[in-house]
Amino acid sequence: MTLLALDWILMLEKLILIAIIVFASLGIALYTTFSERKVAAVLQDRPGPNRAGPMGLLQPLADGLKLIMKEEIIPNSASKGLFILGPAMAMTAALMTCAVIPWSSSVELFGRKIDLQIADINIGILYVFGVVSMGVYGIMIGGWASNNKFSLMAALRGASQAISYELAMGLALIAVLMISGSLSLKTIVDQQMAPGAWWNIVYQPLGFILFFVCAMAECNRTPFDLPEAENELNMGYHQEYSSMKLGFYLFAEYVNMIMSSAVMASLYFGGYDVPFLDESTLAPNIAAIIGVLSLLTKIVIFLFLFMWIRWTIPRFRYDQLMNLGWKSLIPLALVNMLATGAVILWQQG
Amino acid sequence: MDTIQILFFSLSALAIFSAIMVLVSKNPVHSVLWLIAVFFAISGHYILLNAQFLAIVNLIVYAGAIMVLFLFVIMLMNLNAEGEPRKNWWMKLAGVVSGGCFLVVLVSLVKQATELSGKAALMKTGDIGLIKNLGKALFSDFVVPFEISSVLFLSAMVGAVVIGKKD
Repeated sequence: MTLLALDWILMLEKLILIAIIVFASLGIALYTTFSERKVAAVLQDRPGPNRAGPMGLLQPLADGLKLIMKEEIIPNSASKGLFILGPAMAMTAALMTCAVIPWSSSVELFGRKIDLQIADINIGILYVFGVVSMGVYGIMIGGWASNNKFSLMAALRGASQAISYELAMGLALIAVLMISGSLSLKTIVDQQMAPGAWWNIVYQPLGFILFFVCAMAECNRTPFDLPEAENELNMGYHQEYSSMKLGFYLFAEYVNMIMSSAVMASLYFGGYDVPFLDESTLAPNIAAIIGVLSLLTKIVIFLFLFMWIRWTIPRFRYDQLMNLGWKSLIPLALVNMLATGAVILWQQG
Repeated sequence: MDTIQILFFSLSALAIFSAIMVLVSKNPVHSVLWLIAVFFAISGHYILLNAQFLAIVNLIVYAGAIMVLFLFVIMLMNLNAEGEPRKNWWMKLAGVVSGGCFLVVLVSLVKQATELSGKAALMKTGDIGLIKNLGKALFSDFVVPFEISSVLFLSAMVGAVVIGKKD
């Protein structure tokens, strides 16, 4: 079935895959908000949300319903179009990352081999960086369009923080790319899965720590949540937002966390690889399901780490944040990159 | 029309429309956002030429980093339509004439260039824009200009630090 030189069955297959992954990410994000509150409650020795449904499990649905039903307020002095565009961009950019993440190997359905990755493009990981740099606009546009000085301040903070930490993140990434020799996430994962190969974390412990710190800063998580520092800025860049537009901003943060966990798992922890198990001996469909579960487990561990850190460490001051980014992380990342390059050259003789 | 042509024309239309909106927008912040849309359309063209690395670098560097700095400056300077100096009509006329002359020169240049005559763009098949070939070209054939330009960047960075430093 080809029309306009397109394979329409392939299109349909990809559309279904996109729908599944997007809704799954949203669903996980929904329950991440719930587990965030539960983890906070455990760390602070209190019960946490326990009223809606058994063990409070319906709490995120109630929260979502509340946000949708609330009155939608657009301030008179706001720039209307951009005020709506801001949260839309934040959410779109957060979800777009899922296109290049290899969720698992391929399954065989109806005689077709279906890759559980939306697009295996040869610039894979750079695409993630491109999308992340678009996410900054969501914050900047929203903060500026609110026509509120606190929002603008927070937006500027958020953007400068994201740009500063993107540099260190890119430098940490270059070391991984030197080892793998490819930008495609699928290839990077396959190399770590090969029998006898180690995960990249073994070769790049410092690189991973740098990447993790930067990912936390990119997601605006405590201790890097300066754009939302309520004791300095009232509430941050989404101060004027209400109803589901506020919900989109808050939700985009959780989707970002899931996506950066997935990227970190793929880059450093073997993606959908199960340690000490040779997947090629299993039937392809079973291997694919085990792979998805394995990647999800890694994502959940990362999410818990994010939450653990958030409820343990206090917030940085702004000058401390910039000093850490420019004077510690970037020099360390450069040293890491040079050392990796030197070792690779030495090994090649 | 096949798919590539449809994509090419819609991307071109988007690029030209956004470029015009950059000029006619009254609000400088809107202009910057339209300029980002132009970069997106041009990146789309790069992808049609199978230059995926160029496309994504264009997005990361121009749309992602440089435009954010533009937005910073504009948002902090608080520009608005009332505060802008009004230009005389003859200034506008002179601008239109000189801009039109420049356009004519550019078009004639492209039309007469011997390297370009009778050649079609490589759609989907060319591989010079892929990161492997680009890296090889930069580090073997063009290594001297490449390193010199990086020294140039370094000196610009040092200059910015020196100027920005309070003492």
